[in-house]
Amino acid sequence: MITVPDTGAGRAVARAWLIPGSRGRLALAVAAGAVAELAAVALIACAAWLITRAAQQPPLAALSVAIVAVRAFATTRGVFRYGERLTGHDVALRAQAATRQRLYEALIPAGVLRRRGADLLSRMVDDTDAAQDLLVRCLLPFAAALVTGLTVVALGFVLLPAAGLAMLAGLGAAGVLVPAATAAVARRWSAAIAPARAELAERVADLVHGAADLAAYGAGDGAVRAAAEADRRLAALERRRTRAHALTAAVGVLLQGVTVVMVVLAAQAAGIGEVTTAVLALTALVSFETVLPLAAAGERLPGILGALSRLREVGDTPPAVRAPERPAPAPSGPMTVEVDDLVVRHAPDRPAALDGVSLTLAPGRRVAVVGPSGAGKSTLISALMRFVDPESGTITLGGTDIRELSPDDVRERVTGLTQDPYVFSASLRDNLRLAGPGADDAALGEALRRARLDRWAERVGWDTPLGEDGRTLSGGQLQRLALARALLCAPPVLVLDEPAEALDEETADALMADLLDATHGHTTLLVTHRLRGLDQVDEILVLENGRITQRGPHAVLAAEPGYYRDLWRSEALTR
Amino acid sequence: MHRDLLNLARGDRAVRLHLALCLAAAVMGGLLVLVTAELLAGALSGRFEIWALGALAAAAAVRALLHFAQGMWAGAGATGVKSALRGRLLTRIGDLGPARLTTHRSGELVTLSGRGLDALDPYLTGYLPAVAVAGVVPIAVLVRLFTADLASAVIVLLTLPLIPIFGALVGWHTKVVTERQWKALAQLGGHFLDVVRGLPTLRAFGRARFQAGVIADVAQAHRSATMRTLRVAFLSALVLELVASLSLALVAVPVGLRLLSGTLDLDTALLVLLLAPEAYLPLRAMGTRFHASMEGVAAADAAFAVLEGETRDARRGRRRIEPGAAPEIRFERVTVRYPGRDDAALEDVSLVVAPGEKVALVGESGAGKSTLLHVLLGFVAPDEGRVLVDGVDLADLDLAAWRERLAFVPQRPHLFAASVADNIALGGDPALVRRAAERAQAGGFVSELPQGYDTVLGERGADLSAGQRQRVALARAFCRPSASVLLLDEPTARLDGRSEAAVVEATRALSEGRTAIVVAHRPAMIELADRVVRVSGARVLEEVA
Repeated sequence: MITVPDTGAGRAVARAWLIPGSRGRLALAVAAGAVAELAAVALIACAAWLITRAAQQPPLAALSVAIVAVRAFATTRGVFRYGERLTGHDVALRAQAATRQRLYEALIPAGVLRRRGADLLSRMVDDTDAAQDLLVRCLLPFAAALVTGLTVVALGFVLLPAAGLAMLAGLGAAGVLVPAATAAVARRWSAAIAPARAELAERVADLVHGAADLAAYGAGDGAVRAAAEADRRLAALERRRTRAHALTAAVGVLLQGVTVVMVVLAAQAAGIGEVTTAVLALTALVSFETVLPLAAAGERLPGILGALSRLREVGDTPPAVRAPERPAPAPSGPMTVEVDDLVVRHAPDRPAALDGVSLTLAPGRRVAVVGPSGAGKSTLISALMRFVDPESGTITLGGTDIRELSPDDVRERVTGLTQDPYVFSASLRDNLRLAGPGADDAALGEALRRARLDRWAERVGWDTPLGEDGRTLSGGQLQRLALARALLCAPPVLVLDEPAEALDEETADALMADLLDATHGHTTLLVTHRLRGLDQVDEILVLENGRITQRGPHAVLAAEPGYYRDLWRSEALTR
Repeated sequence: MHRDLLNLARGDRAVRLHLALCLAAAVMGGLLVLVTAELLAGALSGRFEIWALGALAAAAAVRALLHFAQGMWAGAGATGVKSALRGRLLTRIGDLGPARLTTHRSGELVTLSGRGLDALDPYLTGYLPAVAVAGVVPIAVLVRLFTADLASAVIVLLTLPLIPIFGALVGWHTKVVTERQWKALAQLGGHFLDVVRGLPTLRAFGRARFQAGVIADVAQAHRSATMRTLRVAFLSALVLELVASLSLALVAVPVGLRLLSGTLDLDTALLVLLLAPEAYLPLRAMGTRFHASMEGVAAADAAFAVLEGETRDARRGRRRIEPGAAPEIRFERVTVRYPGRDDAALEDVSLVVAPGEKVALVGESGAGKSTLLHVLLGFVAPDEGRVLVDGVDLADLDLAAWRERLAFVPQRPHLFAASVADNIALGGDPALVRRAAERAQAGGFVSELPQGYDTVLGERGADLSAGQRQRVALARAFCRPSASVLLLDEPTARLDGRSEAAVVEATRALSEGRTAIVVAHRPAMIELADRVVRVSGARVLEEVA
């Protein structure tokens, strides 16, 4: 057996399969697999015995047991193989479910996934298949081969110690050394191939994403050549890797032949007779059939261990915010949000994203935040919703510092429309109700109407899954669905992060007008880049480079020189 | 074999050779089983002397060698096929050009041309050789069995077809059920990814913890549904396995009884015992390889779907206009429709830009401003109307020569995985890089990069801010002193005030003495223009005072 190195990956592996209730099933799968393999060997051994013994022409009664055994083993093998496959997959699926559960729980605290793209996310989800692969493709075959190999070697030792020794050497080399060599080859070459693969991916991405630049500057042919060159380098490495794998596989085949020859040679030298010789030879020959596929398992093992150790890394990432041991009781009723001299830094070596921001959001007041991208608007919302902890300064909610509250309690009170809202592939009803689990149809309908999504909802239906068969949402519809969620949730402090983003002008204007109507008298923090309608809010903050550079009502800001007046003028000019 | 893939493999001499050698090695390795069985049976029955063991060892060595050769050539053939297919895909991507590429999902295209083709490996290196072996070896084994022992050969001959027949029967019976099941399973399997992707949204409503329970429930449902499917799916494997091993018992027991009666000699009996399983093995091996190879077939289908369809319409035009002076550009009732969209991107648009004039295009996003630039660049051809450059129809112009006269800065310039210098020199003169960077206000930040102009950009390279990327793209335009037409698509979008001022200043210098069409949103950029034109709803063009 290949030893699993006692690293983090090893522990993750152990955790992945040792889930309650599956140890018995795992043992069952291993036993079924071993019985199936043993039956295959025994079938040939019995048949060999039957034939060579029959050639000595004993009375028929002497063969009857062997005849029954041959038939029995022929049936056993298929049935137990079936049983092994079923229980093995059952255990594997349980292990996968447990791995996914752990991954999800590790991801729940904010921060773990910051700066990870959607592609990386789906690769991580693919990594959870590693637990399943480890069981079905590595552990079960190894266990079955181990039991079969040991039994065969023991039989060999009983019949003829020299033959047993030859079998031990041959099977040991083919079952341990060859898979280990294959695993080493796989590890070495995947390390060598990864950069070449990444380079090719980069060249192809350049070709696709940079198509306009390449065409305009007549550089397309050169880029195609560069990609072809990267492909040539990758292909050369891949050819060398296949050669290495072919070599280890060939060694396995050679070992099988040599072992059989050695066994026959030993048996004939010992003069133990035709029957025993034939049984030993055919047993040795067939027992390799269970051992040789282990090379493929060895080839997969490094990838599987890598996936498991990546998962463990996710689990070890510290959360972005520290939840208090004993959270303070959450405030209720209308509440004031007070931000005092807030400084937030995303990384120690980077400039502060928010640098001394103070604001007060009293019950029923509406405050808008505007500013160029990268000014810290989204960071302000993240801090208010407790996705990031401040470096200094405080945020209080109804008089309680939000660091003393449980993050979920904060998010139930300060929430609404956040950036990159997500549509689950579930029904429209379920997609809405996550923001208001107790809401009835009337409340859902009202939220949809206020988000101007009611006509679309009629067309799509409330119970058909979204996200397939043309029921995909446009950017505008997605934004309106998120708004409907926010309105349905109706938290004490409503946060709206760029609600009109990705909408066409007309809809955006209509939506903003409706929005400002709907939130009248509701404590609201609105982050926006569109200034139309902002004359209705109580206060506007201009955020630039993490600092508030201007504050006041629309009429004042539109008159004094600065970012707000510039933006207001250009907005007027471009419509 | 996959028809298109076969044609592709045939077309390349090296690939053809490698695949042929691989298949030949696989078949020879399979046939060597006959020799091995013969020698082993002879050695065990005592018919052959001790030399047979030496021959047996030699046969094992040759088999190992053939195994190695098969693996090596399979790898060479597979990488050859992948490279050939990838090469054609990349050329195709280059041919499609920016406008038609948008009808493909770019992420999928990148994956398909990269990792996606690796799915061909199991098909080419596993399934194909297995098919070749399955086509030859069982027949050879049967022939040998017939010459050795008729009765056993008949049993094998009668049971052998049961494997494909049962395979097809069970497959046919379970296909509909399992396909429906797999579809449901794919949905359930997708649920986890869905929830993880939507985690920020769940978190924002304080619902993340609650969903953990739902995940467990779904996993449970997924498992029991999968097990229901597998119980049926594995049944076909069970039947095939039973056919093979019961056939062996069916052969071995009568052989034993006939030995008892003395009508058969031991040598033949052992040969039959050794050969009979080898008749079934290749067919079962082919069956197990089949499922793994299906992904490869799907990848091949996806690749050939991209390769299909019309290639770039041959540029009819060969005409060139006099280089040098800034040309006059005239849009005459131009209409552009993108395939698959109801509304026209540009409708009945007429516009005249005088030589050396600077025109700013304003209007809401999606109104058709970028399309207007793309028509001039030749990315899209007008469905109706025409564009005249100094009185010559754009369609009659030699496109490559025309583009050499353009300097274009797209809305979101792409930075290539290459050095800053190479990024700026794209299609221009490398000697001008530094000067171009200085004039585009990029010299300052470039010299502060770790390796200056040699710093590698791109996904894995240095990260530049939006303003810096925009200035690198502007430097590209400065690197083309021969360009007489300047096309800029919102060069100051997403920039902060300081970057904006730098880009506006650079644009002012660049547009000197050139015809310039600038899509603009911000006042500073609009002020550069001699004339402001509003584009609205794909059609109405009006002059703004």
